Amino acid sequence: MSAVDVQNVTKRFGQTVALDDVSISFEDGGFFALLGPSGSGKTTLLRTIAGFHFAETGAIRIGDRNVENVPVEKRDIGMMFQNYALFPNMSVADNVGFGLRVRKVAAAEERRRIAEALELVQLGAMAERRPSQLSGGQRQRVALARAIVTNPKVLLLDEPLSALDKTLRVDMQIELKRIQREIGITTIFVTHDQEEALTLSDRIGILKDGRIVQVGPPREVYDKPVDAFTAGFLGDANWVPESWLSALRLPQPANGHSFAVRPEALSMAQARLDGMNAVAGRLTQRVFAGAMATCLIEVEGQKWKLIARDRDIPEITGDGAVWLNWRPEDTMAVRA
Amino acid sequence: MTELTASADRRRLFALLSPAYLWLTLAVFLPLSAMLFFSFLTDLPQDNPDWSATFDNYARFLTNPTYAILMWKSVKLGLMVTLGCVLIGYPCALVLARTIKGRARETLFLLVILPFWSNSLVRIFSWAIVLRGNGMLEHALNWLLPFELRLELMFTTHAVVIGLIHSYLPYVILTSYLALQAIDDDLVDAARSMGASKLTILRRILLPLSLPGLLAGAVLVFVPVVGSFMEPRILGGRMGTYYGTLIEDQFVSVYNWPLGAALSFTLLAVVLLILACASPILGKART
Ligand SMILES: Nc1ncnc2c1ncn2[C@@H]1O[C@H](COP(=O)(O)OP(=O)(O)O)[C@@H](O)[C@H]1O
Ligand SMILES: [Mg+2]
Repeated sequence: MSAVDVQNVTKRFGQTVALDDVSISFEDGGFFALLGPSGSGKTTLLRTIAGFHFAETGAIRIGDRNVENVPVEKRDIGMMFQNYALFPNMSVADNVGFGLRVRKVAAAEERRRIAEALELVQLGAMAERRPSQLSGGQRQRVALARAIVTNPKVLLLDEPLSALDKTLRVDMQIELKRIQREIGITTIFVTHDQEEALTLSDRIGILKDGRIVQVGPPREVYDKPVDAFTAGFLGDANWVPESWLSALRLPQPANGHSFAVRPEALSMAQARLDGMNAVAGRLTQRVFAGAMATCLIEVEGQKWKLIARDRDIPEITGDGAVWLNWRPEDTMAVRA
Repeated sequence: MTELTASADRRRLFALLSPAYLWLTLAVFLPLSAMLFFSFLTDLPQDNPDWSATFDNYARFLTNPTYAILMWKSVKLGLMVTLGCVLIGYPCALVLARTIKGRARETLFLLVILPFWSNSLVRIFSWAIVLRGNGMLEHALNWLLPFELRLELMFTTHAVVIGLIHSYLPYVILTSYLALQAIDDDLVDAARSMGASKLTILRRILLPLSLPGLLAGAVLVFVPVVGSFMEPRILGGRMGTYYGTLIEDQFVSVYNWPLGAALSFTLLAVVLLILACASPILGKART
């Protein structure tokens, strides 16, 4: 287990710049999510760390070893793929034991470690099955067991859960987090699912067009996005119209910044509340979804969204004129 | 209920498949049964009105050792050519499917199956030009080498093997290529991430997963080569008497169709027997 350090890495595919001077550190034992829209370079960054291809410039360290010229076979990593990539011609046990066999681990030791890894992912009883006889979730666990059985320095996962359906995915997220805690392996997890990144990771890195936009703990990145892209990508953002800015208490001087509020920070009332920031709008729709409800409000021609517990939202009568109030410290300032 | 739909399904399936079966009957079984019928006759009905039924044609294979010797010679030839095709074709397919990407792959692939497009006689005679004494190969070698070299390849078993390998190589390349390129790249990447060398990946992943294709190619080569007659005759000269040329003689020069038919069916039986003996291995490769 080791820290991973990427410094000024640039990677091109022909004309496309897939990674543009990327620097990012992953601390030892942390669970790190790389988040970004499709084509932002997440896979490329992960595969560069893995060593499937080499970057044109920059340095990569895994632990105390410079690896930028070391091919993937020698980097001592564990990797999990989107479609599991289990070897169909081998049993579950042989799949898990593949890396041990390559490392010429003694037979008894090999058996012990395979059993241990399968126990860890709760698949001890499936050792003799073929991958084709397993369900999607079980294959996922086998792939995980296979990736960690060699005690790699770092675990790399490229959208490993995106092939699973929703409920199974949530189960696997919990399972993955538990196993990561248990063995304390440095984990880098690529996803385009914001919620997944926020739930799982200790730190998040946001990528866009081959650049790192922002790095930090989930709460910090969510509460203090540095630009409009991150604010909009990591949840919904309601943008305050310029004409309202003078009436609000802002965390930053207004010039050079835009201001936004998260939907869940808003509360709706028929009056402006004391000590709060507020804008006036007109309620256009209220969507009931069990415990929670979503309201769509038109503010100066823009669509705002409010999310709250259904019982906390007052009934609005008449033409739907409302005030949306929020605490001044919930105002997010981002670079314009 | 389920049984009902199952039988309805089966009926529909049968209706859909029946044209194919009809075609198969007409195109394969009718001519083949005519031949099978001939093989039990003393003479062809249209040549000799007092023809009668007999097992003699089959008995001759057992009583005259020449036939069995030629059969063994042909089987050996089949094994040799198949082995050659596998040893040359599989690596070609491997390179084609796994290391070359994009446009170059398509071009090379077309070149590989080029022998399929040329007439087999043209192909064989061009080999004759290359291989014969004082031919192109010897000229080229003597131009390169400081000493005089006589290969004497023409009219040898080697010439026959070379010609046959050239003709049948595309089958092995084609089937292996299709099997190899169907293997998910992520499997190879996964193996690499676990530290596997190229050789380990070939031995434990690519080879086992493409074995069905390779074996299919080998069968496609072995079966026709055992009965081949054109390459042995043209390139083998005096050495070129094989079981296939023996059968051809019965049909073309001796004009003994019943014996030719009987010899053909004996060959078919032997080949099927060999494949049946090999099928447990083929079956194991599939799982
Ligand atoms: N092997 C490749 N050849 C050419 N271009 C590539 C290759 N891999 C990735 N790219 C390009 O690099 C950019 C980043 O891709 P990728 O890292 O796969 O994004 P993500 O995983 O975030 O969706 C994309 O524009 C993609 O088209
Ligand atoms: Mg990707």
